Amino acid sequence: MASLFTPCSDSLTLADPLPLDGGQSLEGVQIAYETYGTLSPARDNAILICHATTGDQHVASPHPITGKPGWWDRMVGAGKPIDTDRFFVICPNVLGSCMGTTGPGSRAPDGQPYGLRFPVITIRDMVRAHMALLDRLGVERLYGVVGGSMGGMQALSLSANWPDRVERVLALATTAAMPVQNIAFQETGRQAIMADPDWRQGAYYNSGRAPDAGLAVARMAAHITYLSEETLSEKFGRRLQDRDAKSFGFGADYQVESYLRHQGASFTGRFDANSYLYITKAMSYFDLAEERGVGAHHGGAARLAEAFAGVKARFCVVSFDTDWLYPTSESRKIAHALNAAGAQVSFMELAAPFGHDSFLLDVPALDRVIAGFLSR
Amino acid sequence: MNRISAQLRPDLAVIAAHVAAGAKVLDIGCGDGTLMAALRDERGCDARGLELDPHNVAQCVEQGLSAIQGDADTDLAFYPDDSFDYAILSQTLQTTKRPDLVLEELLRIGRRAFVSFPNFAHWRVRYDLLTRGRMPVTRLLPVAWYETPNIHHLTIADFRDFLSQRAIRTEGAWFLAGDATIAPALANWRAEHAVFLLSR
Repeated sequence: MASLFTPCSDSLTLADPLPLDGGQSLEGVQIAYETYGTLSPARDNAILICHATTGDQHVASPHPITGKPGWWDRMVGAGKPIDTDRFFVICPNVLGSCMGTTGPGSRAPDGQPYGLRFPVITIRDMVRAHMALLDRLGVERLYGVVGGSMGGMQALSLSANWPDRVERVLALATTAAMPVQNIAFQETGRQAIMADPDWRQGAYYNSGRAPDAGLAVARMAAHITYLSEETLSEKFGRRLQDRDAKSFGFGADYQVESYLRHQGASFTGRFDANSYLYITKAMSYFDLAEERGVGAHHGGAARLAEAFAGVKARFCVVSFDTDWLYPTSESRKIAHALNAAGAQVSFMELAAPFGHDSFLLDVPALDRVIAGFLSR
Repeated sequence: MNRISAQLRPDLAVIAAHVAAGAKVLDIGCGDGTLMAALRDERGCDARGLELDPHNVAQCVEQGLSAIQGDADTDLAFYPDDSFDYAILSQTLQTTKRPDLVLEELLRIGRRAFVSFPNFAHWRVRYDLLTRGRMPVTRLLPVAWYETPNIHHLTIADFRDFLSQRAIRTEGAWFLAGDATIAPALANWRAEHAVFLLSR
């Protein structure tokens, strides 16, 4: 078994070891990816889409486990804002994940699953794996890189660390350094997993059980942060679930309780708990200025501007007014720093009711901005 | 002037005609990017924008222009010194909270600055105020006092006084009435609009 779940995507194995920020390197890294459209003879129409925390390579094709449409089906396809009639779209599963790319559920060289023997990785390590994939696909220079949330972090990291390899960067609902509140939420999620006795210090793969209860709680807590008060009020309010009165028990009295339980439970069927630990840790570690070796003696804004020194791409940074997980202030910092670094940058805060998830949902203004930004 | 700049608002056409080709330009209050597009497409400028309204910013992005959603009163501080050949502030000065500070920022960020504003001392404004005793509502100042975005009305004479107090150099001045450029004589009476090119 190369991974917890059997991938049904294209997949390749890197010939060389992948060096990691933590000092180790990984042998025989396998990368699962999906592509859409056709690479032009000049190889100048490739767009890399970077997925978010628990996303995957199925950006515009049905998920093999849930059967649901691709997670950005509304944005990627023929005639859609990221138009596969024009662009060659590449979406890899990130390093550390569980949808076919090497992660903690993959087999180590000794034939046993890595578990906690898998090295702790960073956002830049994920991007380094993307770059190795692009090398194999013969894409020297990307027309653009697009990502929201953790995908946006990868897009920013790519632009600053590999400035010659990308012409346009679209970073949505993201940050250049993980805000402390988000580190706190992510630690809560990881502790929920590690408190589950079935977690077994990460060595649960051969036990016939998995820390589903812990992973579900982690997902429930995280899911709340992706929504907005407005969405929750409209969707559920204080309405009761399938009952006329409170039960005076600990069942799911409220609709929102029932909804979160369902979200948590269904998540465990498609995601590996250890992958969740590794990926959220990579996000918590993310600080672009630190990646670029900019010392802490620089003030906040100047520090980030120095991190972006030498970028060559044109940027578009978008935030959403109801996103309290990656609020507009984070995107504005990115825009100001890029501006101070002399980069071409656009930034806007779009109005949308859906909180952090807005970048994935029906926001027509976002469609127009993405299509427009990528059009020339 | 060719096609695009011929369709520009008159004060923008004056600015577009006097920006050096290939210059690096910051358009503060860039709106939907009309001036930036003209400067890019006709004069080969590297134009960037700052704009309050996100819909306008989106329109800029759709034209391949770079614009940042932000406020001239607060966000100019994030631009480095001398980072542009020109900073442009068209029809925006009178809407800022601190026009004096915004002008200082303009000349810190840009080596030169274009500033255009409606002249509150135009004879029709004076006449309305004199005869009716009410805040004028004119073609260029079309909004009633309680909802106008213009919170710091100024005249050409006020502006000239300000420039001399702050030792800011005037490299050029253009005056507009009825969408056409007029001679500078009695501009403070006759001009609806003024465009100044300033430097430190």
